[in-house]
Amino acid sequence: MKLRHALLALQAVTSREVAKFVRQGGRLASALVRPLLWLVVFAAGFQNVFGVSIIPPYDTYIPYQTYIVPGLLGMVLLFNGMQSSLAMVYDREMGVMRLLLTAPLPRSYLLFAKLLAGTLLSVLQAYVFLAIAALFDVGVPWSGWLYALPVLVLSGMMLGALGLLLSVHVKQLENFAGTMNFVIFPMFFVSPALYPLWKLEESGATVIHFIATWNPFSHAVEATRFALYGQWAPQSLAIVVGCLAGFFLLAAWGYDPQRGIVKRAGKPGGA
Amino acid sequence: MHEQAIATEWSLQVEDVRKSYGEREALKGVSLAVAPGEFVALLGPNGAGKSTLFQLLTGLFNADGGVVRVCGHDMRREPVRALGRIGVVFQQMTLDLDLSVEANLVFHARLHGIAGRESKARIADALQRLGLTERARDRVRELSGGNRRKVELARALVHRPSVLLMDEATVGLDPASRRQLLDEVLALRESEVGILWASHLVDEAEAADRVIVLHRGKILAEGTPQGLVAASATTSLAEAFLQMTGGGERSPGPPQ
Repeated sequence: MKLRHALLALQAVTSREVAKFVRQGGRLASALVRPLLWLVVFAAGFQNVFGVSIIPPYDTYIPYQTYIVPGLLGMVLLFNGMQSSLAMVYDREMGVMRLLLTAPLPRSYLLFAKLLAGTLLSVLQAYVFLAIAALFDVGVPWSGWLYALPVLVLSGMMLGALGLLLSVHVKQLENFAGTMNFVIFPMFFVSPALYPLWKLEESGATVIHFIATWNPFSHAVEATRFALYGQWAPQSLAIVVGCLAGFFLLAAWGYDPQRGIVKRAGKPGGA
Repeated sequence: MHEQAIATEWSLQVEDVRKSYGEREALKGVSLAVAPGEFVALLGPNGAGKSTLFQLLTGLFNADGGVVRVCGHDMRREPVRALGRIGVVFQQMTLDLDLSVEANLVFHARLHGIAGRESKARIADALQRLGLTERARDRVRELSGGNRRKVELARALVHRPSVLLMDEATVGLDPASRRQLLDEVLALRESEVGILWASHLVDEAEAADRVIVLHRGKILAEGTPQGLVAASATTSLAEAFLQMTGGGERSPGPPQ
């Protein structure tokens, strides 16, 4: 694989994703409405219900809105990651994916290009959300914008790779809503996105606490939380990177021509 | 050494390819070859295994057994080289309706590592060949079915393939567009492109250099259109085809 060819293909895939995103004007709005509702409505209402004591990385008492910002950034990444995989299923049903998979490049590289393109959109949306949150006076330190970038990229890729993996197993578009319910909501709720995990422990929900500590999304949120305040959460970050590698390898394996997952797309109508 | 020389003489070579879906054998050992500049029609009723074969030829998945070679490159061992020499028009449309004709071709060119001046020249070339120069900036959505197919053919030619695979490319086209597309593809023989044209429509096979009849995952007959007619003691290719495929589960006549 020549570098120039690889970059051109990446450019092709990325510009196509971006063009699609721009065309679907409502997508940015709907991607932002969800977390903003949580931030502006839910968090405002729960402001005084949840007392958040001083826990790292915070060095002072923080309002609840501030606490949930990293979780909502994670939500943006999670939804976009899943949306990209939905697009993969759609492309496979419509046959468009064949065009990509018959390009003279290693298939795993083409999937990687797809993953990078989706992540680019995820991260852009995350920053737009941060900017709007700042307008609502729920700011994070400006330096945090910079520190968070690598973490958002890695988390976005990890969730996108999970989406790719799901797209291997979700054969039909109709099954996708179910997958969303079984993946997005548990991942989001069983995580420190909305409350610190020690709260779960304190209230005796040890099983949920245990699951949450194994949830890769938890670690994406915590790594982001620390990065926003200029600190590193090495363990969480390592788990994010490990899951990214694991999900991507499994997805690439699933798209391997030897295993022939694409075959179903061509079956109906036979010939 | 000798074997290698033979292998590269063919644009496309398929040897004893098998594929099963669970219990059902879709391809029961298919062998065929296409020479440079040759137009081979792969004729078969629906369900004969044409689509399965095309999926193996395009590397979408691998055969259970047998070899597919494109210009001597084994699809399983050197998929990137093999795919680089293939142009495909898929049965399903794979254009982005909201992009212009040109943008669709640029996307494809980039996937093949072609950019800049070279990309521009090749795209202009392909569009001109198919009489689409005027439509280059139109959105694909605004094009008729026949022109969309032509765009897909132009796209398949941008990277100058040695093998052109046409998978039921005329499905859904009116008779005039069908004829036009067939003529365009027939004309490609001059540029030494080996063409495999899959169809269930007998009239499209009349102009072929060679016809291969595929039925229930096996090759039933192979020869020139005239040869097949003579061998079956019928008066037309359509009759010969009907006789061979037992009338076919579904009628192989032209679309109504």
